[in-house]
Amino acid sequence: MSAIVCTDLCKFYQQGDAVIKGLDHVSLEIEEGSFICISGPSGSGKTTLLNAIGGLDSLDSGQIAINGERVDLLGKAELADLRLHSIGFVFQAYNLIPVLSARENVEFVMQVQGVRAAERKLQSMKILQEVGLEGMEDRRPAQLSGGQQQRVAVARAIVSQPKLVLADEPTANLDSQSMEKLMAHFRELNEAHKVTFLIATHDQRVMAWADRRIYMEDGRVTRDELQ
Amino acid sequence: MAMPVAAMSRLAWRNLWRNYRRTVIMLLAIALGVWAMIFMTALMRGMVDDMVQQGIVALPGHVQVHAEAYRDDPSITHSLPAPGKAMLEVLESRQVIAWSSRIKVPAMISSEYENRGISLLGIDPEGELALGFDPDDIVAGQFLTDAGDGGVVIGRKLAERLETRLGKRVVVMSQDPGNTIADRGFRIVGIFKAELENREETIVYAGRDVVQAMLRVGNDVSEIAVLGHDYRTPEKLAADLGDAAAGFEVLSWLELDPYLSTMMKVMDGFVLVWMVVIFLALSFGLVNTLMMAIFERVREIGLMRALGMRPSAIVYEILVESLMLLALGLLLGNVLAVSTIIPLKSGIDVSVVAEGMEMMGASSMLYPVLQWPDVLLANAVVIVLGILTSLLPAWRASQYRPVEALARN
Repeated sequence: MSAIVCTDLCKFYQQGDAVIKGLDHVSLEIEEGSFICISGPSGSGKTTLLNAIGGLDSLDSGQIAINGERVDLLGKAELADLRLHSIGFVFQAYNLIPVLSARENVEFVMQVQGVRAAERKLQSMKILQEVGLEGMEDRRPAQLSGGQQQRVAVARAIVSQPKLVLADEPTANLDSQSMEKLMAHFRELNEAHKVTFLIATHDQRVMAWADRRIYMEDGRVTRDELQ
Repeated sequence: MAMPVAAMSRLAWRNLWRNYRRTVIMLLAIALGVWAMIFMTALMRGMVDDMVQQGIVALPGHVQVHAEAYRDDPSITHSLPAPGKAMLEVLESRQVIAWSSRIKVPAMISSEYENRGISLLGIDPEGELALGFDPDDIVAGQFLTDAGDGGVVIGRKLAERLETRLGKRVVVMSQDPGNTIADRGFRIVGIFKAELENREETIVYAGRDVVQAMLRVGNDVSEIAVLGHDYRTPEKLAADLGDAAAGFEVLSWLELDPYLSTMMKVMDGFVLVWMVVIFLALSFGLVNTLMMAIFERVREIGLMRALGMRPSAIVYEILVESLMLLALGLLLGNVLAVSTIIPLKSGIDVSVVAEGMEMMGASSMLYPVLQWPDVLLANAVVIVLGILTSLLPAWRASQYRPVEALARN
């Protein structure tokens, strides 16, 4: 069954007199449990595609369905609920809440979901240990390095085991060893829990982990190949 | 989905303190505003209360019974008999603290040097003291001993004007019901002081029985003054007395002194307007603080929206943040107000503006009156208007599109 169906997605931006094609008639079908990397030069539309699928950005035309539910027709509150319960985001910039500690950042989504405190603590400590941040749980983002912050953001995205993880350059600030560990963790989640991963990256080492690679340029899908 | 109250409240509290200096400045501004609301209201209440109390002592009593035409022509012609059985039942009831029947007529007083127009009060001293005459106001000599006392007690100012003193004789002259001159010589047995200079200059106390005899009116009196339990609600007492005193005019002090009663009535409205005006000044700071706090973290708001927070949760977080700021400011303001009012309970000497105060009917000592309903009103105004004022920044924050907010630096 297709987890995500994108049909003829268009998103254009006006920049002065020029029209920038964010998404230019993009159609995709993504199976449940896929592990997909999207690659392409800057401005090729990778982030726009992830934002559109996650309901963070609106489309000019086209349809997106996640597990049969039309995302492009949902209101703000329904989109928020979809993101809260079904989608984990890892952003290009780590985007942590600065007034919360690493553990509180990881727990935040679970807390909003209504997960009990003891369960939240157990899960967040476990995931922080897995991403190599044991002993740093109580540090605020400003007290962590860029790589450490990115690992907190990753932990936050996957801690509640969403059905879909949208990751935009998740390894941009990680060293090789950390990157390998993170990708291995993604893969493990993908295989054990059938979590669908859609990862935008420039990094060929990350691409190597994917079982499907999508290449984009000027808002169009130029290549779509299975591993 | 239920509102993530705990998560958003913790976030609101932490956000409140991320710009420590700005929060402290805003807290001080709110505290100062609340202090001004409560402290100034206490002063205004104190002044109006004093004016009313002075007015009631001057009347005296909360309710008075007169002959129908007495207020138009307060001469002895318009007198009334001693209270009958029906009226005595009301006067002796539990709703009455004290009452006294008195003669009150215009008269002329003469010393060997000067003469003056006065209000001659023929009183029963026991009743007069119960109605509120303060024996400590006697600055020389003594107050009258009983209704048959043959002396007079005059005001300090009047003694100056008449160039007379304690122990001297004066002649008091008025008209009897037959419009014949009625006069009598009295010895000055006491001199009193009053908060209002006008009282010192125009009021002369004499024994009621002596004045009745001088005016040849038997047991008739000019008025019956009655003191109830609460000056703010004299209406029921007036109504009961009105039923028992058919044919006579029964009026509460609210009708007898419309200026004072209007002052008291507009006071509540004035207090509310005063508080709202102060809040309006405060609200600019509050909105500015919240807007600054929001502009500084647009990206975080976008993140929270991206992570699955509904717009309503963002509104809630900003409102809770505002509420915490307001609550802390209120706490500080209340403590500040109470701790500055309580030490001033014994009065603030405003004798430098005594003449102006007297023109308004208030004394030269100002006693702040801290009323808990006023404190509650100040708190309610700040909380309710504060939350309403915060709605705009909160709503604006909730309307950011996640993708645009996340792209902000």
